[in-house]
Amino acid sequence: MDGARIPLVAMRDISLAFGGVHAVDRASIDLYDGEVMALVGHNGAGKSTLVKILSGAYQRDDGMIAIRGEEATISNPRDAKRYGIETIYQTLALADNVDTAANLFLGRELRTRWGTLDDVAMEAQARRVMGRLNPHFERFKDPVKALSGGQRQSVAIARAILFNAQILIMDEPTAALGPQETAQVGELIRKLKADGLGIFLISHDIHDVFDLADRICVMKNGRVVGTARTADVTKDDVLGMIILGKCPPAAVPGPGAMAVA
Amino acid sequence: MTPATMPARHTRPGRSSPLAAFLKATELDTRMLGMVGALLLIWIAFHLLSGGLFLTPRNLWNLSVQSAPVAIMATGMVLVIVTRNIDLSVGSMLGFLGMVMGVTQAELLPKLIGFDHPATWMLTLAIGLALGLVLGALQGFVIAYLGIPSFIVTLGGLLVWRGAAWWVTSGRTVAPLDATFRLMGGGPEGSIGATWSWAVGLIACAAVVLSLMNSRAQRKKFHFPLRPIAAEIFLGGVGCALILAAVTIANAYPWPAGSVRRYAEANHIVLPADGLFIAHGIAIPVLIAIGVGVAMTFLATRTRFGRYAYAIGGNPEAAELAGVNTSWVIMKVFMLMGLLAAVAGAISIARLNAATNAEGTLAELLVIAAAVIGGTSLLGGIGTVAGAMLGAVLMQSLQSGMVLLGVDTPLQSIVVGAVLVVAVWLDTVYRRRV
Repeated sequence: MDGARIPLVAMRDISLAFGGVHAVDRASIDLYDGEVMALVGHNGAGKSTLVKILSGAYQRDDGMIAIRGEEATISNPRDAKRYGIETIYQTLALADNVDTAANLFLGRELRTRWGTLDDVAMEAQARRVMGRLNPHFERFKDPVKALSGGQRQSVAIARAILFNAQILIMDEPTAALGPQETAQVGELIRKLKADGLGIFLISHDIHDVFDLADRICVMKNGRVVGTARTADVTKDDVLGMIILGKCPPAAVPGPGAMAVA
Repeated sequence: MTPATMPARHTRPGRSSPLAAFLKATELDTRMLGMVGALLLIWIAFHLLSGGLFLTPRNLWNLSVQSAPVAIMATGMVLVIVTRNIDLSVGSMLGFLGMVMGVTQAELLPKLIGFDHPATWMLTLAIGLALGLVLGALQGFVIAYLGIPSFIVTLGGLLVWRGAAWWVTSGRTVAPLDATFRLMGGGPEGSIGATWSWAVGLIACAAVVLSLMNSRAQRKKFHFPLRPIAAEIFLGGVGCALILAAVTIANAYPWPAGSVRRYAEANHIVLPADGLFIAHGIAIPVLIAIGVGVAMTFLATRTRFGRYAYAIGGNPEAAELAGVNTSWVIMKVFMLMGLLAAVAGAISIARLNAATNAEGTLAELLVIAAAVIGGTSLLGGIGTVAGAMLGAVLMQSLQSGMVLLGVDTPLQSIVVGAVLVVAVWLDTVYRRRV
């Protein structure tokens, strides 16, 4: 996390407006491999929008994205996946009427040599990856709608790790989970971090953030208030950034920081 | 305790009913079984009420031919409804495409290549199918890329294509049609005869057995749970029995005396005293419908296109985020619907031996009803091709039965409408319970 390393992801001066609403306003953020960067802020601060620009769901109006130092063109979700960017959306983005394997491979199906869907191979891989996350999961043939919230979350996470993501975006991954499953997700994040992935973590849970994240970036009203290492700031500092936009000395201020009188 | 380790409702060891155990072993869909049961009930009821007229080879053969056009279009309508769209224009498309095909073979092609040319039927069909694709592409483009709701676009299509059908000939009926083309409509010449029917039946049985064997081999390869051998044998046996029974019925329907006489004269055969039994066999439109059904089932379950259609129906946003080109999939779904309307149109005009501009009026309602009775949910994401075809047969059985009983046409409409609502209500109840 020193300046000499090339960031895995560098987003510079990203702007996106929906009509008159500046969802994201000149936001800059970067992510190094093997680190968890938490993105926090009040509702509507632009956190989800910023990462959706990275994942290809939205097209930015302005700004630049660089992956490993090279400028990247991300105009749709396929492009993002090609750069190794996988996303776990807040709404999970699962198709409720099809089963687990179909969801895991949606858009990237395995095919037999005749061009038909290779359902058995997809199910075999599904069993393997789900086994790593949730060993007791057996309901591979049921439509995803019939699964519990935690199981659906496992499917969404499995989808992200199945394709060897290098950059993982997790938007409120534990919002619908109980304590045990939240701990499991935490374990997974630590393991993936050790494997060298860079992870963007959006969370409202400040305890989770301080537990898991190496650095934290606060957004307010579409602008970045500041970025800091979690070791250098306290929870109160972060709350101050979120609510007031007040940037503590240990944090690097952004365009959204309150002007110091 | 995760939900996965809790025992499922029906399979607590030692407590499951024989029926539940049977269903679990064979992995048969209870809803489909319920529909087959309802169909059998309707058939038996009509048979008893009509004094033994319904379950005869002749009536069942006619039923199969009458169901064919709606069944063919219903397979396409399943995909349309699955993607959370609707197509109200299929009847009008059928009429317009039928008129174009009629005019092509009766007036256009004779001018170019002469009457009774062997390629007339092929060229006509090709033009009809291509035009069907174009019509479907036009509607699909407007729906998928311009974002206009399918209800409105196809409602417009319903009016536009019906008007266009009239315009082709200023309302004049076109008749007669090319002799080879007519074979697609059924009738004595439009059936494949006893020998070929047995051949088709045996091939179908072989296909059923091979598919069961293949699926078992695949499961073994990946160490997935297997069906009990008894269940596989049962499924194979019942499947083959049904196929062979259907072929037997088709072969039990003889040609009418006039056709037999003409055939005998043409082939210099001396007619025996008590007549010659020439079996109809499977009708060509029925073969086409079965072929379409198999192809559409394959498309829906084994191709990416089908998988994407269902995913779009389940969660369009999820499909977009997964990188699926949802607009192109939806456009293709409507193109397919146009193509199938052309096939149904060809069969309809061939049966009539004439192209009229009123052909297919209100067919879209029957097609949608067939799909919905067959288990397709109007909310999208759920539906099977086989169910839709069964739904078409069920609706046609109702109509044929009522005609046999001499029920007035207005009362027929009332009954069909009531049955549709009851069927969907039962489906809703079933889904809530399961």
